[in-house]
Amino acid sequence: MEEEQNTNPQQTEVAAEGAMQTVEGTENLSDRVKVLSPARLVLKRFFRSKLSVIGLVTLLVLYLVCFIGPLFSDMTYETIDYNGAQNAQSTEITYTVEGVEYTMYDITYTESINLKAYPSAKHWLGTDENGRDVLMRVLYGGQISLTIGIVVVVLETLIGVIMGGIAGYFGKWVDQIIMRIVDIFYCIPQMPILLICSAILAANEVNGIARIYWLCLVLVFFGWAGTARLVRGQILSLREQEFMLAERSMGVPVRRKIFLHLIPNVLPLLIVQMTLGLGSVILTESTLSYLGLGVPIPYATWGNIIQALRDFTTLQYHFHIWGPPGICIMLAVLSFNFVGDGLRDAFDPKMKK
Amino acid sequence: MENQVENKNQTSASPKKPNAFVSGAKKLFTAGIPRKSLYDYEDVSPTEEELKENILIVNHLKKYFPVESNLIGRPIRYLKAVDDVSLKIPYGKTLGIVGESGCGKTTLGRTLLGLYDKTTGEVYFDGNNITNYGERQTNAIRKDMQVIFQDPYSSLSPRFTVGGIISEGVLVHKIVPRSQIKDYVVNLMERCGLQPQYYERYPYEFSGGQRQRICIARALAVKPKFVVCDEPVSALDVSIQAQILNLLRELQQEMKLAYMFISHDLSVVRHVSDSVGVMYLGSMVECGPTERIFDNPMHPYTRSLLSAVPVPDPRRKKDRIILQGTIPSPANPPSGCRFHTRCPECMEICKYKAPVYREYEEGHSCACHLYDPGYLSDPVGYKAAYSEADAVFAAFPSNVD
Amino acid sequence: MFKYIVKRILISIIIIFGVTFITYSLFRLMPDNYVYNKFAAQSATNPNWEEQAARVEHLYGLDLNVVSGYFHWLGSALKGDFGYSFIDGAAVTQKIKDSLPVSFIMSLIVTILQIAIALPLGIKAAVNQYGPTDYITTVFTMLGISLPSFFFSGIMIKVFAVDLGWFDPSLGLQSGNFTGNGWELFWNQAWHLVLPIFVSTVLSLGGLMRYTRTNMLEVLSADYIRTARAKGVKKRNIIYKHAFKNTAIPLVTMFSGILASLFCGSMIIEQIFGIQGIGYQSYTATTQGDIPFVMAYNTFIALLTVIGIFISDILYAIVDPRVKLGN
Repeated sequence: MEEEQNTNPQQTEVAAEGAMQTVEGTENLSDRVKVLSPARLVLKRFFRSKLSVIGLVTLLVLYLVCFIGPLFSDMTYETIDYNGAQNAQSTEITYTVEGVEYTMYDITYTESINLKAYPSAKHWLGTDENGRDVLMRVLYGGQISLTIGIVVVVLETLIGVIMGGIAGYFGKWVDQIIMRIVDIFYCIPQMPILLICSAILAANEVNGIARIYWLCLVLVFFGWAGTARLVRGQILSLREQEFMLAERSMGVPVRRKIFLHLIPNVLPLLIVQMTLGLGSVILTESTLSYLGLGVPIPYATWGNIIQALRDFTTLQYHFHIWGPPGICIMLAVLSFNFVGDGLRDAFDPKMKK
Repeated sequence: MENQVENKNQTSASPKKPNAFVSGAKKLFTAGIPRKSLYDYEDVSPTEEELKENILIVNHLKKYFPVESNLIGRPIRYLKAVDDVSLKIPYGKTLGIVGESGCGKTTLGRTLLGLYDKTTGEVYFDGNNITNYGERQTNAIRKDMQVIFQDPYSSLSPRFTVGGIISEGVLVHKIVPRSQIKDYVVNLMERCGLQPQYYERYPYEFSGGQRQRICIARALAVKPKFVVCDEPVSALDVSIQAQILNLLRELQQEMKLAYMFISHDLSVVRHVSDSVGVMYLGSMVECGPTERIFDNPMHPYTRSLLSAVPVPDPRRKKDRIILQGTIPSPANPPSGCRFHTRCPECMEICKYKAPVYREYEEGHSCACHLYDPGYLSDPVGYKAAYSEADAVFAAFPSNVD
Repeated sequence: MFKYIVKRILISIIIIFGVTFITYSLFRLMPDNYVYNKFAAQSATNPNWEEQAARVEHLYGLDLNVVSGYFHWLGSALKGDFGYSFIDGAAVTQKIKDSLPVSFIMSLIVTILQIAIALPLGIKAAVNQYGPTDYITTVFTMLGISLPSFFFSGIMIKVFAVDLGWFDPSLGLQSGNFTGNGWELFWNQAWHLVLPIFVSTVLSLGGLMRYTRTNMLEVLSADYIRTARAKGVKKRNIIYKHAFKNTAIPLVTMFSGILASLFCGSMIIEQIFGIQGIGYQSYTATTQGDIPFVMAYNTFIALLTVIGIFISDILYAIVDPRVKLGN
C-alpha cells in the first residue's frame, strides 16, 4: 500500500499544488487535496480485477432480468398454456323410454395442453411437462432463489456476529460454551440434516409459502456456525492489535470501541463471507428443491425446475426445460464466488495486484 | 518462591529440608500460583511525602502470564514477565528503563498503566492508590497517563483519519468543547510537527517518523501528566530519532510531563533520562540517577551492558565484558540470582539465593550479593553459611521454583 | 501431548452428544403417530409389523420425554441397536453394511484422483500467479465449485450416455440384463462407475486446488523462499522441496473432511446414477421418512467427522514442528 501510494499520480499532484500554494500564500491547501479513503481504495482495487467485474455485472443482470422481466409478460409461473385446439369426444348413449328409442350424445371437450413444447416465439424456452412457460418459471424461480439466498445469509450473519462477538469479546467460559456449540453445529452433516428437516416439514404438512419460510429458518439454523467462528477469530486477533491497546489506554468506552473500532474492522471479512455464502446457499437451496424437499412445486425455483430431468425423455430430448435453470444457478454461484474473491483480494492490503 | 519469602530475614541461614511428598502434593494444587503473601515483604505503603513528590510509585509489581495449564484449565506454570519490580518517578522527570529485548520492559509499562491486569503489586498514581480501580475509574484517570507505542505502524487504526485518531481522546474525555476540537487538534498537530492538512488524511499515507508524531500528538492531546514512551524511536531511522527525542523533550518542558522512557538503546536513554532502571529477566537489577548508573555502575549486568556501547573513538580501547551464554527463558528462570548463569562474578551463593534489591546510596538501588553488607563484612563466612543449604537445593532443584 | 489428547477426546465426546441430541430432537418433531402409521403401511408384506412398531417406538423412547427418550435411544445405540427400517423392516445396521462397499470404493477413487489432480494444479497455478495457467485453472475449478451436482450429472448423462452412447444410458450399477460374473461383472460395474466418479471428481477438485494455491502463494512469498532463490537453488527444488513441504502442513487439516466423505457416499450423485450405495439409501430413507436409518446414518457420519477432526488435529501437531500442544 505504501509503495502504491508513492507511485500514485495524485500524490505528486498534491506536491506540485503545495509548491504553488506557498508561492501564492493562500490558505486551505487541504481543500484541493484529494484523499483516497480506505473504502475508495478497496473499490479501486476491486474494479481492477476483471473476473470480479464480470461477476458483478452478471449478478446485476440476473437480478434485473428476474425481477423486471416478468412484468413484460402476461404469463406467470403457474399459467398453463392450452393451445386452443379442442378435441371433441362424443359418446353415444341410447335408451328406450316407452318403446321409443332415444339417442343422447355425451360430448366432452378436452383442451389439450401445450406441454413440452420446444422453444418458439411465444415460449422462448418452450414449455415444461405441465405446459407452463419455462422462461417465466426460470424468472420467477430466480426471484425466489436469489431472495432466499439474501434472506438466509443476512440472518445467518446476524446470528453469527452476535454469537461470535459475545464469545470473542467476553472470552473465558462464555467463549468455551459458545465455541463448543459451534463445534457441534460444525460436525452436523449438512445435507442429511437438511433433508430430515424437510421431511419433517412435509410430514407435518407445512405447505405452500410457509414451507419456504421454514426452509429459510432451517438453512439459517444450521448455517450460522461458520460466521460465528470467523467473527470470534477476528475479534480475538483484533484484541491483540496495538491500536486496540491504544484505544484502551485512551480510556475509550466499551460501546464506542465496539461500534467504531471492532465492527469496521470485522466488516470486510464479513462482506466477503456473505458474498461467498450467498453462492453456497443458492446451491444448497436448489439441491433441496431438486430433491423435491425444498420449495414446494407450484412455486418455481431453479432447483425444482431441474427436477424435470428425472424423467428420462425430458433428460434426453428437452434440454430447453432443465438447461436454463441449471445455467442460471451456475452463473449466479460463479458470479458470487468471483465477486467474493475479488472483494477478499481488494480488502487485503498485502495483495500486490 | 520460597526463597523469595525468605529474603526478608537475612539471618535464617539454612532452610528446612523440604519433604518431597508434601511438597509434591502441594505442587499439584498450588504450584506456580503466586500467593498474596509474596509481596508483603516490608511496609509497602509510601509515605505522604513520597506521594507528594512522585507522580508514580510502583511497589512489588508482578505480571505472570500462564503458559501451561492442567486438565481442568488451571494454570500450573507461569511466564514471569515482570517479577517484583518497584520504582518511583518524580513529577516532571524521566525514568529510563533499559534491558535486553524480552526482559519485560514493555510488559512493565503496560502493566503499570493497567493495560494488562497485574498479578500482584501496588500502583500509586498522582497521590492515589489505583491498584484496585475498576474499569470505569481507570478509564477516568486514563487521560492523565498515556502511552506511546513502539510500532507506529500497528498502533494507528487504519480506518481513521489522522484528525479522528488524535481527537478521539479529546472527545471522550471532553478536554475542550466540541466546537473547538478541530482547532485544538490542528494546533497540537502543528506543535508536533504535523501540517494541518494532514487532518483529513489516513495513516497509510505517512512515513514512520510522521506516524510516530501522530502517536505523540494522540497521547498528548488529552493533556496527560505522565507518558510511558515504549521504545518510541527504535522503529525509526537515526536522523528522525533525534527529531522525535527533541520533540519529546520540548513537550516535557512545556507541559511539565513525567516520562517513563523504555528503550534498549543506552545512548538514547542517557540523553533523555533523569534516572535509569536496568532490567534483567523481569526484575529490576539496578536503578539510580543517570550519571551514577553510567559513571559508576554497580551490578555486573549493568557493567557489561555499558561496556557494549560502541564508542566513536578508534584510539580508545575498552575492556569489553562479553556475556557468556544466552538469555534464559522467563518461563523457566534460573534459581537464585536470575543473572547467575551469565554473571562474570558469579559466586556459589548466587546460584540458589536471590539477592535483595536494596538502596545502597541516595537513590541508587541494586540487587547483587557483591554489595550485601553480610558479604562485605565477612566474605568467607557469608559464603560458608550457605554451603549446607546449597546441597539441599541441589537435591531438590524443582522446589526452588 | 497426553493431556492434549485427553482434552480433545473429551471435547469430541461432547460434540457427538450434541450432534446426536439435535438429530434426536428433530426426530421428535415428527407427528405423534408417525411410526405406527409407517409400519402399518407395510402390513401387507411384513407380518410382524405391530410388534416391530412397538419395538421401534420403545427403542426411540417415544413414550418418554425428549431428554430421557434421548438417553434411552443412546443406550441402545451404544449397544449397536439402531432398530429396523420403516421401508422394508430390515435391520438398519445390516442395511448400512450392505450398501457401504460401493460408496466406499467410489469415494476412495474420487479422493485419490482429487489429490493427484488438485495438488499439482494448485502448485502450478500458484507458481504462475496471474499467468494464463492460473486464470484457466481458476475459472475451471470455480466452475466445478459452482455447478450444481445434479445439473452437471444431467449434462454428462445426456452427452456421454445418451447422445454419444459411450455408457449405458439405463444407468444403475450394472446393465439390466447382465448375468456374468467374475471379471466380466467387474468390468461391467467399473464401466458404470466411470461417469459418477468423473462427476464427483470434477466437483470436488475446486476446493482442494484453491486451498493448495492459497497456501502455496503464502509460502512462496516467504523470506526463506527468497533466500533459497538468492542462494541459487534450482526453481524445481525450491518449489518441490522447500515450498511444497510447507504447503503440505495445512493440507493435513483437509484430512478431517476426507474420512467422513470416504464413508458417507454422495446422496445426489448416487441417486442420479442409480447406484445403490449408502448415499442412495439415505436419500430414499429421508424422502420416505425412514427415521431409524437416517438416525443411524447421521450418527455414523458425525462420529466419522469428529474422529477425522481429532486425527487431523493430532497429525497437524505432529507434522508442524511449530505447534506446541497444551497451550
